[in-house]
Amino acid sequence: MKHLKLTALADISESLRSRWFIVYTLVFGGVVVALFVSGLTESRVMGFTGLSRLLVTYLQITMAILPLFVLITTVRSVAGDREAGIFEYMLSLPVSLSSWFWGKLLGRFFVVFLPVILAMFGAVIWGRLKGVEIPWAQVWLYTAFLVSLAWCFLGIGMFLSTLARSSDVATGAAFIVWLFLLLFLDLILLGALIREGLPPDTIIAIALANPLQVFRTGSMLLFDPQLVLLGPAAYVILDNFGEKGYLAWTIFYPLALGTFFAWLGYRIFRRGDLP
Amino acid sequence: MAMIQFQQVTKRFRRQEVLKGIDLEVARGDRVALVGSNGAGKTTLIRCLLGEYTCGGTVAIDGRAPRRHRTEVLKRVGFVPQIAPPLKMPVGQLIRFAAGVCDSDAGRMIEVAGRLGLELKAIRRQPFNKLSGGMKQKLLIAIALGRDCELLVLDEPAANLDPEARHIFFGLLAEKKDRAAMLISSHRLDEVASLVNRVVEMDQGRIVLDDHVADDVAMTSVLHSRLELVRPSEAFAQTVRQWGFEAREDGLAWEGKVAGPDRLRFLGVLSRYAALLKGIHLEETADG
Repeated sequence: MKHLKLTALADISESLRSRWFIVYTLVFGGVVVALFVSGLTESRVMGFTGLSRLLVTYLQITMAILPLFVLITTVRSVAGDREAGIFEYMLSLPVSLSSWFWGKLLGRFFVVFLPVILAMFGAVIWGRLKGVEIPWAQVWLYTAFLVSLAWCFLGIGMFLSTLARSSDVATGAAFIVWLFLLLFLDLILLGALIREGLPPDTIIAIALANPLQVFRTGSMLLFDPQLVLLGPAAYVILDNFGEKGYLAWTIFYPLALGTFFAWLGYRIFRRGDLP
Repeated sequence: MAMIQFQQVTKRFRRQEVLKGIDLEVARGDRVALVGSNGAGKTTLIRCLLGEYTCGGTVAIDGRAPRRHRTEVLKRVGFVPQIAPPLKMPVGQLIRFAAGVCDSDAGRMIEVAGRLGLELKAIRRQPFNKLSGGMKQKLLIAIALGRDCELLVLDEPAANLDPEARHIFFGLLAEKKDRAAMLISSHRLDEVASLVNRVVEMDQGRIVLDDHVADDVAMTSVLHSRLELVRPSEAFAQTVRQWGFEAREDGLAWEGKVAGPDRLRFLGVLSRYAALLKGIHLEETADG
């Protein structure tokens, strides 16, 4: 436990001094500032207004940026550390491999999650100061969704980092994974699949397996309990899961997926060459 | 029983066989120079020893496989790499991390760093990668020597140290020499010759020479030196000042001290100025 804590703290310390972290923090902070500046809280679009309107937009933007950022920065820094000789030195110290791997994952999770959540709660505090009503239930559920999404892609990122021997290959693989999941969002490839006449069960299974789509539908469900925006697929989701069931799926499925990939990555890491 | 045992150790990267059946035993008190050209397999062998690479055959330190029993084994191994890792964490945190995972006292590492001339108080908040090459090397040496290790694995350890720090470093090694085994890797034997009592040379993944050598040079010995020139030279002055020498007779003579194990290296430096040198006097005294 001590080694795990030390490794997590070391990784946090390394990350906080990285250029990617500064860019990453500026992006999420900048998104929230831009949303306020653009007067989004005062606008009414599809029935959403105030802080709810801002949060739903923030989450949609987060869905596009967060996975890519998490994947790219994780694989670049982990594979990059290996290339630069950091693993060679740090793993010559008597730290257990499990503490090293999981400590790194936890440290990285903290660093990845911190700017996202700070930006979100920054928006909440700002909204409060401005006298906007705070939808607390949505805020907490969104926080849980973000935890789940960040953990999911962190797990996938750690898995890719253990597979790829160079940071260039790792970055390429991370980008392809992100692109693949993006293509299977309902708007793009799912639409094409429906047009091609694939069985609805298959389409919905694909949508339910894609963590990006799960996050998207889950966040939509909070503001649109009948999932009118989603069209006919909403019947299948609501009939099979119910509202609460799907919200639980949105939180626990990406968590489980991320944990599975991280565990797979750990097994490969433990058995292979370390530096 | 030997402390380190390599038995038929092989390592392959895809199609390339980097280690081709290494058999080697190292006992406590052995100070082994692991020499060979680039690509000979030295780094791979060290990584197998540290349990960082999986390999064929058997690697054991005191009968234990470093991969399977890594925390127990590596607690007693101090490693100094040739190239310092580009860590961004502050120096203080690196010391805390190393002392924490080694169950050691950070104070001892700080004390060794101080002996090497590195005052950690002033730099503890600085990122490690912002230190100079020599400072990084001193810190890594302090982490390796500031704990109870029984095996020191050093990859060109003194390459970035100034002569004074080298002398102190040799003294620190001397304190450990009877209790610990040392594996000192270098691509040049003259860099490490006076530190070792055994030379193992590798070439293309095999051991091609394994020989014991006389170790009559005391690690703590010092050579009082006087150099006489045919004429003063600014280039020469700059070089010997780095070794702590002082001018005499308007720059026609220079006097200073050279660490005993550094004699070959020092003579190598002087060879560049052979035409300028009229006289070289070296006299050894124990413990400076």
